[in-house]
Formats: sequence, structure tokens, C-alpha cells
Amino acid sequence: MRHIISILIENEAGALSRVSGLFSARGYNIESLTVAPTEDASLSRMTIVSVGSDDIIEQITKQLNKLIDVVKVVDLSEAAHIERELMLVKVRATGKDREEMKRVADIFRGRIIDVTESSYVIELTGNTAKLDAFLDAIDRSLILETVRTGVCGIGRGDRILRV
Amino acid sequence: MQLTGAEIVIRCLQEEKVEHVFGYPGGSVLFIYDELFKQDQIKHVLVRHEQGAVHAADAYSRSSNKIGVCMVTSGPGVTNAVTGIATAHMDSIPLVVITGQVPTAYIGQDAFQEADTVGITRPCVKHNFLVKSIDELAVTIKKAFFLASSGRPGPVLVDIPKDITTQKCDFQYPKQIAMRSYSPVVKGHAGQIKKALQILLDARRPIMYTGGGVILSEAAEKLTRLTHALGFPITQTLMGLGGFPATDKQFLGMLGMHGTYEANMAMQHADVVLAIGARFDDRVIGNPAHFGEISRKIIHIDIDPSSISKRVKVDVPIVGNVPDVIDEMLKQLSALDAKPEGKALAAWWKEIDGWRSRQCLKYRQGKEVIAPQFVVEKLYEVTGGDAFITSDVGQHQMFAAQFYKFNKPRRWINSGGLGTMGFGLPAAMGVRFANPKATVACVTGEGSIQMCIQELSTCKQFRLPIKIINLNNGYLGMVRQWQEMFHGNRYAESYVDALPDFVKLAEAYGHVGMRIDKPADVEPALREAFIKHKNDLVFLDFIIDPKANVFPMVAAGKGLSEMILSEDL
Repeated sequence: MRHIISILIENEAGALSRVSGLFSARGYNIESLTVAPTEDASLSRMTIVSVGSDDIIEQITKQLNKLIDVVKVVDLSEAAHIERELMLVKVRATGKDREEMKRVADIFRGRIIDVTESSYVIELTGNTAKLDAFLDAIDRSLILETVRTGVCGIGRGDRILRV
Repeated sequence: MQLTGAEIVIRCLQEEKVEHVFGYPGGSVLFIYDELFKQDQIKHVLVRHEQGAVHAADAYSRSSNKIGVCMVTSGPGVTNAVTGIATAHMDSIPLVVITGQVPTAYIGQDAFQEADTVGITRPCVKHNFLVKSIDELAVTIKKAFFLASSGRPGPVLVDIPKDITTQKCDFQYPKQIAMRSYSPVVKGHAGQIKKALQILLDARRPIMYTGGGVILSEAAEKLTRLTHALGFPITQTLMGLGGFPATDKQFLGMLGMHGTYEANMAMQHADVVLAIGARFDDRVIGNPAHFGEISRKIIHIDIDPSSISKRVKVDVPIVGNVPDVIDEMLKQLSALDAKPEGKALAAWWKEIDGWRSRQCLKYRQGKEVIAPQFVVEKLYEVTGGDAFITSDVGQHQMFAAQFYKFNKPRRWINSGGLGTMGFGLPAAMGVRFANPKATVACVTGEGSIQMCIQELSTCKQFRLPIKIINLNNGYLGMVRQWQEMFHGNRYAESYVDALPDFVKLAEAYGHVGMRIDKPADVEPALREAFIKHKNDLVFLDFIIDPKANVFPMVAAGKGLSEMILSEDL
């Protein structure tokens, strides 16, 4: 099953490699990993999407907790949560495709943030399925480049992950 | 007062009451060695290879419950130390490893003797640090000692760039340290303990299965009390030997791949397993699917939550420090004033006695060729069962574990997890430094001993009267055994041709060498070594039966009760 694991970790050099090294050393799977400092600059927040049986996910959370730099670990997918991913897509936008591309971007509440005579860069935010749906909706041959941040997530309501 | 980084390193070690540092100097640690030279509180033990330094520090800790400390230079100093660090990591041994690094400005430039120490060692340490500023040096060393010895212990490495050892700052050693990201659980959950006791009291075929965690947490005495209070059979892992007296009638012997018939049968057929400081690894329970074919309740006490339900599903997990948990168990047990179900237990013991009567460790000692088991039995007799025994890896290690009866903790020193050949001799050095009057023997083989044989020179320098029991069969015995049993007798590269004359080799290093090839000479030779040559290092080269195999054996991937027993039975 797919799980979204959120980690608060000391914002130290090498902290990321401790986490990624753990996953590769123990053969755990990473679908995506995002990391950035929090409002407290001494802490980073990491979101990892992983797929595995309940036993494996339990081991992953235990092994993450065992890392000395890790302050807290929570499996967001255990309860109500929100997940978002940001994607930038550079597409060819010429002739009749130019108008069509704008229309599809609008439908998906995307924004065009760079315009040239022949291309757009479209910014799109949503869950993974929505971003996938957008890519399916446009003509694949027009896609020049895509970049996605990977999932970040947060618990709903009173579920708060902080020190 | 302002001190240099090098002075700070030494002051920190002094504050931690470190008495011995095992190490090897080199370019990037020269300033630290200079400060070491100027003081006499800390004794430095110069080894002949960095691997030896780490093994010695490791066994120093294993045999004393102090933190082992070693110091090596950057680059090859570190890479040579990695095997030792990984060995300590697998067996959860508290070490502080101080490594030199090239100057900060050179890092990343492929400088002379530069290696990414933090990167290379990351997977085989509990934690590691690269010191980036002189201001954080003292607190980092404090953290290293704290982390190494608390929770589930392990090696912690501190990498110090050379320029930091010459910079100055005010020195203040923190008395205590708190880390928001690290707070190991000590006390076990009282409710879980209550639940566990209920299951234990209702058990009809219980077994206690304990490991290295009992030794590391100094819980042997409490474990013995609990075992006597419950009256249950107890078995131990290779790492757990000595946690309960081996001569006690409740002890079934070691379990696992080369465990006794009775221990493995009892483990497989138990209805309740009380696991303490052990981790159900592949060499212990064999195939987990086969183990799972019989349903049983498992209670697991461990300080590391990630050890619980890793290989087998646990019914009652108790996370905590073993002696604290046992204390609580004993307290609750006496408050309950209840005894385990006597009739069922008596029937269970009767069944176990049936398994015991197979005498699975029986071997034949003829008149011509020395059986390796015989050597270990005689070693046990001659040393009164009271020696510190270090070991390498292979058949000799298993014979030592099976035939030397350890009644006390911290007497059996071996690389259980990583299985590192070359561990035994440097380990014996570490044991002797931690226990300056103790009898120390290294049970080894002609394959293993050659992996760190250069330390015979260190032994000479420090006059360490270690007795090396070399079980010489001219083969990498365990490899040969597997090839005989599972690879159609094709002995690929397991015969060690061109062996040295170990007697002359020992003499060349300034020690005493003896070669023994007759069964009748075994005991006299041991007596001569341990009594007449009490103060010498003696290399006893026992020429043993090249065909001897270790039994019982659970083949890799097989179930615990699918043992292969000795042909002699």
C-alpha cells in the first residue's frame, strides 16, 4: 500500500543522505522524497512516499526513528490528510495548439508562468492523480519537459507534527 | 582558557575517564598525537593495522562494559578501520572512533589521504559527525560518548579535520547533554509486563531465549534470578553466552545453526517464547516460515523497537532496558505470589530430557588424531572455566561456543553478527588491557589468525601473555564443511596451502611457539602454556582432524528442528 511518511529532522549536513541511505541499504522503496527547512531553521521537514506491506512500513518508521537526527516520524496516510505536488510543464504552443493548451491549463486551474512565441511553461498544483490526469489530457507530443516536486503532505485539523 | 583543538580532544577523553586509546598515528592526527605524548593519564596502544585497533577497543569494551576508544588517521586509516567498526556495529558495542580528516579547505578536492569518512562509515555506525568548527568540538565528543553508550549501544565516529586541531577556543566540557531527537526508552511498560507475566504463568511449554542484550545491559544476574524464579528452560544465542550459567541444569545450551538438539527442539516446539535482548536472526531461528508453522506466543523485551517484529511477529512487545524490565517482572511476580503451572512444566522438562539424551555434542577422540572439541574441553578444564575466550570465525568458533561453558557474562568475546575473521587476536589484546590480570585465550584457526597476525608484534611490545589456541586443520574448515555437505565435496579454494611454520613465526615475533599433534599431548601442552609460560604469549598450534565437522547443524534456509546430527550418533 502507498504511504506518506512525514519526518522532522535536524537540519544538518548529511541528514538527507542518512535517510536515503537507510532506504537503499534496507531495500525499501521511495516513490518520491521532498525536503526543505521549516519555519524553525534548525529543522527540516521531509515527506517520503513509499509503497510496502504494513510490516515493511512499520519497520520503515521504526528505522527512521532510530536515526539520531530524526526528531519525529508520522505516517500521514494513517488518518485524514492533504497531499499536494507541484509540476512545471514546458509545452510547445504554436498555431491552434496555443489556444487549446491555454484552455486545458485553465480547466486544471493551472497557470502559465512563462511565454515565448513557441512555448508555455504551465504551473500546476494538486495531488498526484490530478497532475497525471493533466499530462493525459494534453497531446503528449507537445510536451517538451516536465518537472515535479514529489508529494508533500500535512495532517488535517488537529493532527500537528512539530517539536 | 583557550586550548587548541588537539588539546581539547585529549581533555575530553580525560574528562570521560578514558584509560586506553587504541590507534595508529598519521598525518592528519599528528597534533592530537602530540598532545597525547605530553600527558600520561591516557595510555595509547599502538597496533600494527587499524583494523586491529578497532577490534581491540571493541573487545576492551565487551570485556569490561567501558566505552572502547580508538584513533586513526584519515583516508586509509579510516578505510582499514571500517571492518572493525562494522563488527562493533553489528554486535552493538559502544565505541568512540576518532578519525583525522584533511584540512577543512581541502575537503572535496581529492587531497592526499582524503576519504569521505562520514559517507563511508554511515551505514556501519550508530551515528557519525564531521566537526566543522572548533566551537563544536567538545560538545560533539560529549555527544559521541553519550550516544555510544546509551540506548542500544554502538560505535560513534567523530571526524576531525586537521586545521581544527590547531585552532583555539575556550574549553568547557559539558557535564550533561540532551538531544531533542534522541531519548531511548528505559522503563518497560508496566501493563505490557503484566500481560507478559500472565502468558508466562499460563504457559505449558515455555522457553526463555536470550541474547547479547542481556550481556550489554549488565542483566546477567537478574536474568538468572528470573530464570530460577520461573523454573523455565533457557537457551542463548552465540552473543548471549554467559548471560546465564552454562553449568546450570536449566540451561539447554546455545540454539541456532550449530545449537544443541535440545535447545532447537525446545525453541521450535515451545508454546511461549520469552525473548530477551535477542533478535531472531537467520542463524538463530533458521527459516522464519518453518518457525512460523507452529503457533506460539512470543514476548520480546528489547531496547530497540526496530528489533521487535522485524523477522517474526511478536505478541507482547516490551521496549525497555533489559535489567529495568526484569526488575519490574520480578516485582510483579512476587506481588502476584503465583507459580507457573507445575504439572505441565514437569511434562515439558521430561520431553526436553528426552531430547537431551540424544547427546548431540558427543564426539570421538581416538589415539592418533586430535579432535578439535577435545582441545576446547581440555582448555576449559585447564583454565578452570574462568578464562576470557576470544574467537575468530569458523568451525573453531562454534567448537569454542559449544564446549567452553561460560558461567559469567563478558567472558565470551566473538564477532557474532558480522562474522569477522581476524577478530580474535586483537580482541584478546583489548581484553587483556581491560582485565590486566585475567587469563586470556584466543581460540582460532589457521585461516582466521593470519588475517590479523601482525598484532603478534603489538603483543610483544606490551608483553601481553595471551594464549593462542590454533585449531589447525589445514582448511578453511567451515567453508570446507559447507562444500562437503552442499557442494559435492568440491573444495574450491578452501585448502590453505603453504601455511607458515607457526612455531617459528611465534618465535620470530619473540613469543613461545608449540606444535601439538598427538591427543595425549593436548593437556600437558595446555598446562605448560598456562602455568609454566603464564607470563608469555604462547602460540599453541594444534594439528587437528581435518575432517571434523560442526554438529548439530541447521542448514541455511532450513527449519530449526531439521537438524543434521553427527554421523557418530
